[in-house]
Amino acid sequence: MSFWVEILVILVVLSNLRVLGASRLSACIQTVAFQGALLGLLPVLANLDALTVRLLLQAGSSTFLKAMVFPWLLGRALRQAGLQREVEPFVGFTASLAAGVLFLGAALWLGARLPQAGPEGLGRLVPTALFTIFVGLFVIVSRRQAVTQVLGYLILENGIYAFGMAFAEHQPLLVELGILLDVFMAVFVMGITLFHIHREFDHLDTDRLTALKH
Amino acid sequence: MRLSALHLPLALLCAPLLPGIINKVKAFFAGRTGPSVFQPYLDLLKLLQKGAVYSRTTTWVFRAGPIVALASTTAALVLLPLGGLPALLAFPGDLVLFAYVLALGRFFTVAAALDTGSAFEGMGASREVWFAALSEPALLLGLAAMAKQAGKLSLTSLYAALGPAVLLKPGGPALLLVAAALLIIFLAENSRIPFDDPNTHLELTMIHEVMVLDHSGPEFGLIQYAASLKLWALGALASGLLLPVRTGVPWLDLFAGFCGLFVVAMFTGVVESVMARLRLTRVSQLLAAAAAFSVLALMLVRSAP
Repeated sequence: MSFWVEILVILVVLSNLRVLGASRLSACIQTVAFQGALLGLLPVLANLDALTVRLLLQAGSSTFLKAMVFPWLLGRALRQAGLQREVEPFVGFTASLAAGVLFLGAALWLGARLPQAGPEGLGRLVPTALFTIFVGLFVIVSRRQAVTQVLGYLILENGIYAFGMAFAEHQPLLVELGILLDVFMAVFVMGITLFHIHREFDHLDTDRLTALKH
Repeated sequence: MRLSALHLPLALLCAPLLPGIINKVKAFFAGRTGPSVFQPYLDLLKLLQKGAVYSRTTTWVFRAGPIVALASTTAALVLLPLGGLPALLAFPGDLVLFAYVLALGRFFTVAAALDTGSAFEGMGASREVWFAALSEPALLLGLAAMAKQAGKLSLTSLYAALGPAVLLKPGGPALLLVAAALLIIFLAENSRIPFDDPNTHLELTMIHEVMVLDHSGPEFGLIQYAASLKLWALGALASGLLLPVRTGVPWLDLFAGFCGLFVVAMFTGVVESVMARLRLTRVSQLLAAAAAFSVLALMLVRSAP
């Protein structure tokens, strides 16, 4: 694995920990965007000696969507709904960080046990992808606000993207674009849903969604 | 060997320069001229000429505090290499001794603070121990990650091996995390902003300063001097990793080590100028993050192919 890919992997892991420890929603959104940009760069850095137009297009579209369009959409949803800017966790920040370290250990343990199927040199990506998936799931269940659940979903998608990268370096362009379009639609729809939930109930507290019946 | 004997006297001589540099950088950011970088020396001289006052409630523990603090920090410096320059004393596993010799000094400072019987100093002691308990695993695990990556078990051979070759092999980039953790520990252990404000005398913010309120005269001078030695020791630990210059020429290594220390001191000055103190509840989170960095680095280094 090249030096740069390893640094990238470390930055992805750190961005996951930052999402777990950050108390501001805007900081979380920025971190997820940064993570998306990192993962968009990954195929380019992994194939520095054999760059193709297709690879650049794939990296460019993924980076554009994840690092610019999604944060913009989420930021807009936040502004329109006039939400609180704090993450409201069920699990405290220090406990979340500790859980994150545990997830990382589990991911490394699991990653070492999986058979090496992908290209040589990207092996470190599998535990990172698993860790990102775990963190995404944890953010979905441990945060109160609906916006953070969208963020958790995006982190989960980043993890799956990295997982795919570790196994199939050259994913078909169509599949890749299809996934990106799906994610884009999902975030778009979630943004609209957030707005409507907020207009109806004056809050975005998923904890209280169970009490919707009159 | 001749040069390794030089590090200890140089450290003893030059350590008070570091707080001087930090204050100068802070003054520059505030648009002041600031005191000269040699001001800490003058302060020490003045304190040494004064008389000491002891409270009647204190015992020998109170008087032992500053002396043991200074002695233990000096002992830590004996084990400490400066960049590629070897330490005076080196044996496998001395990194654990280094961490706990520093902890011994802290234990006696805390005991002396508790010995005064003042509620105020007890509060500072409790905070100091709380933060030390959090930063100790971060320090030890970070050192363990470096030892694993370099394949060496003594501080001297560890730091001598930390050249570009070790940093570029698989697992090397993880040491950047250790560097970040070491910088956080450096700021926390020396009670600098964002953990503690060395300038304030407000009870709400004080950690280290409050523990030494009852010491006066020469003993306070010893405490100040020990504090600058500790700044030197932990600064050398961080800068040896951040500036991996290993030329093999002892004089150049010594020069690089000095430059690294001054860079770390200037970095501290910049941090103190641009950041505010953290709320006490956030301090433990930052230290937990440092520990997480170290654990992460150790895991990544361990799993490197």
